[in-house]
Amino acid sequence: MAFLMRRLVRVITVVLFVTFFSYFLLNLLPGDPVDTIAPFATKEIKEAIRKENHLDRAVPVQYWFWVEKFVQGDLGYNYTPSSKNPVADDVKSHFPVSVQLVLYSILLTMLCAIPLGVFTAYAAGSRLDRGINTVLFGAFSIPDFAIGLLLAYFVGVKLGWLPNGGYKPFGSGLWTHARTMILPVISLAIAQIAGFTRVLRSDMIATLQEDFITMAKSKGISGKRVLWRHALRPSSLTLLTVAGLNVGALIGGTVVIEAIFNLPGMGLILTSAIRGRQFIALQSTVAIIAIGYVLINVMIDLLYTVLDPRVRNVS
Amino acid sequence: MTDTMAASSEPLIALRDVTTYFKTPRGLVRAVDGVSFSLERGKTLGIVGESGCGKSVLSKSIMGLLPKRNVVRGGSIKFEGREVGQAGANELRELWGNQMAMVFQDPMTALNPVMRVGNQITESLIHNLDVSKDFAQETALQLLTSVGIPEPSRRLRQYPFELSGGMRQRVMIAIALACGPKLLFADEPTTALDVTVQAQILDLLDAQQAERFMAMILVTHDLGVVAGRADDIMVMYAGQAVEKAPTRTLFAQMRHPYTEALLKSIPKLDQASHTRLDAIGGRPPDLVHPPTGCRFAPRCPYAQDRCLQEAPPLVSHDTPGHEFACWYPVGTPEGAEALAKNQAAGIAATVSGGN
Repeated sequence: MAFLMRRLVRVITVVLFVTFFSYFLLNLLPGDPVDTIAPFATKEIKEAIRKENHLDRAVPVQYWFWVEKFVQGDLGYNYTPSSKNPVADDVKSHFPVSVQLVLYSILLTMLCAIPLGVFTAYAAGSRLDRGINTVLFGAFSIPDFAIGLLLAYFVGVKLGWLPNGGYKPFGSGLWTHARTMILPVISLAIAQIAGFTRVLRSDMIATLQEDFITMAKSKGISGKRVLWRHALRPSSLTLLTVAGLNVGALIGGTVVIEAIFNLPGMGLILTSAIRGRQFIALQSTVAIIAIGYVLINVMIDLLYTVLDPRVRNVS
Repeated sequence: MTDTMAASSEPLIALRDVTTYFKTPRGLVRAVDGVSFSLERGKTLGIVGESGCGKSVLSKSIMGLLPKRNVVRGGSIKFEGREVGQAGANELRELWGNQMAMVFQDPMTALNPVMRVGNQITESLIHNLDVSKDFAQETALQLLTSVGIPEPSRRLRQYPFELSGGMRQRVMIAIALACGPKLLFADEPTTALDVTVQAQILDLLDAQQAERFMAMILVTHDLGVVAGRADDIMVMYAGQAVEKAPTRTLFAQMRHPYTEALLKSIPKLDQASHTRLDAIGGRPPDLVHPPTGCRFAPRCPYAQDRCLQEAPPLVSHDTPGHEFACWYPVGTPEGAEALAKNQAAGIAATVSGGN
C-alpha cells in the first residue's frame, strides 16, 4: 500500500512537470493567445474567451487555473467560428480508440516477441536464428507509417481483404471491430516485435549460461520446461523495461497510424488541435497522454515485483 | 545363477578412456584426456586435483551436461551396462534426476533466483516420477527435514535469496536427492561455503549416501575432504588420472609425486605459525599443447630426462588396485635416487624444498 502511495505521488509529480512545461512552451507562441485560438471572433467573444481561460492573468496562475479545471474533468473548449465544443466530449469518445490501439499492439508484440526471443536464444547461432534476426532487423528499420501505408494499399485496396480505414467499436461485434484494428495494430507492432525479440534473445542467451539452468537440466525435466519456467522469467526484466520506455514511441506511432487509417483516436484530437491552434485543447490532450504513459509505466513497475521476488524487498 | 551374480557385481558406472575436448580459437583444449574408472553401488569415489585439472569437466561430461557446440566427447561410459557416452540430451534426460543427479559447486548461482524453493524441489518429482502435487509437496517437506533444514514448511515457500549459503546447499542436496538417484555427483560441494558449514554439508552427504545406498563421486581440490569419506581416490592432473587407489592405500603409500605435493600443500594445525606453506611451484601445463612426456614433469622434483621424453602409463605395480603413472615413484629406491640426484644438481625442488 505504501508502495502504491509512493507511486501515486510520483505519477502526480511527473504529470505536473509535463503539463507545466508544455503550457509554457505553448505560451511562447507569438501574439495574443486569444487571437491564436479564435482569430475569427468578435471583440466581445474574444474577451469572454480570455476571461474563461484566465488568459489575462500571469502564466503560472493561468496554469494553475487550468490544473484546477483539469482535475474536475473540464478540459477546456475547442473554439470554431460557429461553436465551442468541450474537449472532454472528444476525449471521451476518442480515448478508448487509442487505448485499444496501444493495448492490442503491446499484446500482439508480446505474443510474437516472446516465443521468437525464446526460440532464437535457444537456437542461437543456427541458420534459422540468423534468418529470423535478419528479417527482424529489416522490419525494425522500416518506420511504422511506411508499413501502415503499404498494408493499407496492398491489403486494404489491392486485395480488399480488410478495410483500409475507419473504426468500428467493440460493441458492433468482435469481428467487425477486429477488421478495423488489424492493419493499424500490425503496422505499430512490427518494429516493436523486432526490437523486443532482440532484447529478449540477448538476455535469454545470457541466462542460459547460468548455473541454475544447468542445474534445472540435470533434474531431468523437459527442455521446454527449462526454457519457459526457468529461463524466461529471469530474462524478461530488460524486456519489461524496454517495453515501458517504448510505450512513448508507440503513442507517437498511434498519432500517425490513426491518421493513415482514419481512426478517431487521441492522435486525431492532437493533430486537429495543433492545426486549429487550440492550445488549451492541446494542453489537455497532452496531459491525458502523459498520464496514460506514466500509468503504463507504473503497471510495469508492479510487474517487476511479480517477476522478480528480489525486487519486492528492495522497494 | 552365475548371471545374477555377474549382474550384481557389475559396476554401476564404468568409464573407459573418456575424453572431453573443447574447440577454441587457440586449438583443441584437452580438458579430460583419457580417464578410466569404475564405481560400484553404494561406494564413494573421490576425484582430487587442482583448479583446471579437468575434474569438474569430467563430472559434467559424464552426466552429459556440457553444451553440444564446440565440445568433443570420446571414450565409453557405461551406466548399469548401458552405453551413454555419446547419448543425446533426450536419452540422458531419462537418467537425469532419478538415476544420476548433481550437487553443484556454488549454491548462490545454482538455484533459480525467481522460483520458490518448494517448486524447485517438487518439479522434478512431479515431472519425472509423475506423482501428485500434494504427494510431491509432502516429499519435499520430508527431504528438507532430512537435509537438516529447520522450519521446512516455511522454507518451501521462500526464495533462494532468503536463505543462507549453507541452507541453499542443503536445498540443492534435497533437490538432487529428490528422485532417489543411484549416482550422485558432488562437484566441490563445499568450496563456496563457510568453513564452519563445510563439515556439516560433507557429513550430510555421507549420511544420505549411506541411508540411500547411493554411489557418489566427490570432486574436490582438497585431499583432506576425501580422506575419511571416499572408498577410492583418483588424483587428476592436466586432464589425466595420475594415481588411483583405495583411500587407505593411497594415504599409506602414495606413489605419485603430484599426490605427495597435494598432501604437502594442506596447511597443518600442528605446524608452528609462520611456517611456509608447501605450495606446488609453477603452473599446470597448457592443455592445448600438453608436454610430450609426463605432464607433471616440469613441476616435479623427481623428474629425470626420461620423464620429459616418455609419458608413464597408468598401471598397477606391487599392490593390486593401486595404479599410478610415474617412472620414479615416491617411496621407492628409484624415486629416492631421482630426488637425491636432482637435489644434488641444485634443481629447484619445488615440492620438498622451499624454505
